[in-house]
Amino acid sequence: MAETTYVEAIRQGIWEEMERDDTVFVMGEDVATYGGAFKITKGLLERFGELRVVDTPLAESAIVGAGTGAAINGLRPVLEMQFADFMACGFDQITNFAAKCRYRWGQAIPMVIRAPAGGNIHGGPFHSQNVEMPYVHTPGLKVVQPSTAYDAKGLIKAAIRDDDPVIYLEHKYLYRSVKEELPAEDYTVPIGKAGVCREGSDISIITYGWMVHVALEAAEAAAGEGISAEVLDLRTLVPLDREAILDTAKKTSKVILLHEDTLTGGLGGELAGIISEHAFDYLDGPLVRVAAPDTPVPFSEALERAFLPSVEEILAKVRWLHRF
Amino acid sequence: MSTPAVAHLQTEFDRDLCERFHYYMLLMRELEDRIENKLYRQGKVVGGCYTGRGQEAIPVGSAILSRPGDWLTPSHRDMAALLIRGITPEEILAQYMGRATGLTKGRDGNMHMGCSERHCVPIISSIGASIPIAGGLAFAMRYRGESNVVFNYSGDGASSRGDWHEGLNMAAVMNLPIVYLCNNNLYAYSTPLDKQMKVADIADRVAGYGIPAEIVNGNDVLAIYEASKRGVEHARAGKGPYFIECKTFRMSGHSAHDPADYVPNQLREEWSRKDPILMLQKYMVENLGADEQDFVDMRKRVLDKISEAVEWALEQPLPDPATLEDDVYASE
Repeated sequence: MAETTYVEAIRQGIWEEMERDDTVFVMGEDVATYGGAFKITKGLLERFGELRVVDTPLAESAIVGAGTGAAINGLRPVLEMQFADFMACGFDQITNFAAKCRYRWGQAIPMVIRAPAGGNIHGGPFHSQNVEMPYVHTPGLKVVQPSTAYDAKGLIKAAIRDDDPVIYLEHKYLYRSVKEELPAEDYTVPIGKAGVCREGSDISIITYGWMVHVALEAAEAAAGEGISAEVLDLRTLVPLDREAILDTAKKTSKVILLHEDTLTGGLGGELAGIISEHAFDYLDGPLVRVAAPDTPVPFSEALERAFLPSVEEILAKVRWLHRF
Repeated sequence: MSTPAVAHLQTEFDRDLCERFHYYMLLMRELEDRIENKLYRQGKVVGGCYTGRGQEAIPVGSAILSRPGDWLTPSHRDMAALLIRGITPEEILAQYMGRATGLTKGRDGNMHMGCSERHCVPIISSIGASIPIAGGLAFAMRYRGESNVVFNYSGDGASSRGDWHEGLNMAAVMNLPIVYLCNNNLYAYSTPLDKQMKVADIADRVAGYGIPAEIVNGNDVLAIYEASKRGVEHARAGKGPYFIECKTFRMSGHSAHDPADYVPNQLREEWSRKDPILMLQKYMVENLGADEQDFVDMRKRVLDKISEAVEWALEQPLPDPATLEDDVYASE
C-alpha cells in the first residue's frame, strides 16, 4: 500500500468529512480554484462545488467571523488561514467571540481553523511562527498539532466532528517530509489524548509538532550512549492530557519540556507547573525547558538553524539531566 | 416646539401596525428608563448600562419585518429588536440583574444577551465584529437555499473598525442576504462624527463596496419601516446586501455613568424636539384617529407590565458559584 504524506492526510480527512456530512464546508483565501497555498484543498472545488469550497477576499477577520456566523446557523466550517501568523488578524473574532459563545449564551461553535505553523522552511518572521500560546490561553478553544500523517488525518476528522472551535495547527515542515501507510477505514484520533511514541526509562521528553521528530532523533542518539529516553507526543495542547504527562514524569523522574515556540510564556512553563504541582515527589532533577530563544524567527539559514532547537541541544540537556 | 411631519410615505400604515410600533417603542423606552433611572441607581442593576433612548424607531421599524427564520444581530441600543423576537421584559431584567434565569445565566451583563432559539446574536463588545458574523449567518441561509435574511445593527463608531469594512466587502462580493441598519447618532461614546470620518455620510463609505445604501430619518419609524421593507425585499430576492443609514441622536450618555457633557445643549434640545415616539403619536392622531387618552392607556399598560417583570426578576436566584466552570466546552 502506498504511503500517504502529512499534507495528503489532512486533505483526505477534510474530503472524507465533506463526503460524510454536507454541512461541512471549506472557506479561505485561495482555497478553491488554486487549491490552497499548500494544496491542502486541491480537488475539493471540482468534487464539492463552489457553494462548499469558497474563496474569500484577503480578510482573515471576516473569514473567522463568517465561519462563526455560519457555525451559529447550523454549518461546520473548516477555515484556512494561509499562514498561522496571519491568524492574528482574526484574533478578536476568535478570542472575543467564537471562544466565548458557549459560555455566554449556550451557542455551540463547531468550527475548525486550520493554520500552517512552524519554521525550518526559510519563511522568515511572518511565515514561520509558532503562535499556539495566545490560543492555548483562551478558554473555550481547543488546540491541536499533529506530528504524523496518521494523527494529521485522525485529528482533522475529530476536529471537524467536534462541537467546539478547534485551532488545528499543521506544521509546514512536516507537510511532505513525513509519510506512512494509513488505514483504509474511517478513523479519528481523539482530541485530548497524548501518545508515547518511544518508550524509555531514564528521561522523558514531552513535546509536540515537528519537535517530536527531533526528540526521537535525540532519543536514538542517547540510546547509543546508554540513556533510555521516552518521548511523549502531546498531539493536543488544549485540553492537555494531564494523565499522560504525569505518568511519564512519574515513570522516569526526569523531564525535558521541548518546543519549537519561543521560551518565555511557552507551553513548557505550563507543563512544568503541572508536573511540579502533581508529581514533585517523583522528580529526581529539575524540570528542563528546551525551546527557541525569545526572538522573532529569522530568515537566513545560519540564523534560523541557530534559532530552532536542535538534536545536539536536546542531547546536551539529556546528558546533563541524566548525570543529575 | 413642533414635532416634524412625516414625509414621503409609500406604504399604507394602518392603525394595527402603528399600534405595534407604538407598543414596542414605548416598551423599550420605559423598560430602559426603569433600568437606568431606577434599578441602576438603586444598585439593583450593576455594571454598564446602555440605552437606546431616542433611537427606538430603528429596531422597531426594521425588526418588525423579521420572519422566524431570519437572524438578528442587534447592537447595544436596539433592545426593541429583542422584544420583537419574543424575548420578554422578565428575561431582560433577570439578565441585567445577573440572575440565573437571565439569558446568559449571569455570565454576561446588561444588553450583552442573545438567544439561539429566537435567532438573536448577542452584542460583541468589539464593536463592528458583528458585521462578519452577519455574513456567516447569511452564508448559511444561502447554503441551504433559504430566502431568509439577516438584520445587522451597528452605529457610526463601528464604521471605523476594520471588521466593518472586511465584513461589508465580503458580503458584497458573496452577494449575501443582509440588511444593515446603521444608527448614526453623531457620537461614538464622546467622539463626534467629524473625528470619526472625513466623509459626510456613512453611506459614502458603503458606496465603496458596491452595496446600495439609503439615508433615512432615524427617528421616523414609518420611514425606517419603508426603507427596511425595500432592503428586505432586495435581500430576499437574492440581490445581495442592502444598507440603511439612520440619522438619529443618542438622547443619553454612552452609558449610565456618562453625563455626556461633551454634547452641546443646543444639539440635545434640537433632537429632543424630534422624539420618535412623539412623531409616531402625531401621525396616529392626524391620520388614524388616535387620541391622547389612547397613549395614556398604552403607557399605563406598559408600565404595569414592567413593574410586574421587575418584581419577578428581583425574586430570581443568583447563579450557583458551582456552575462557574460549566459550559466553557461541550460536555462529553
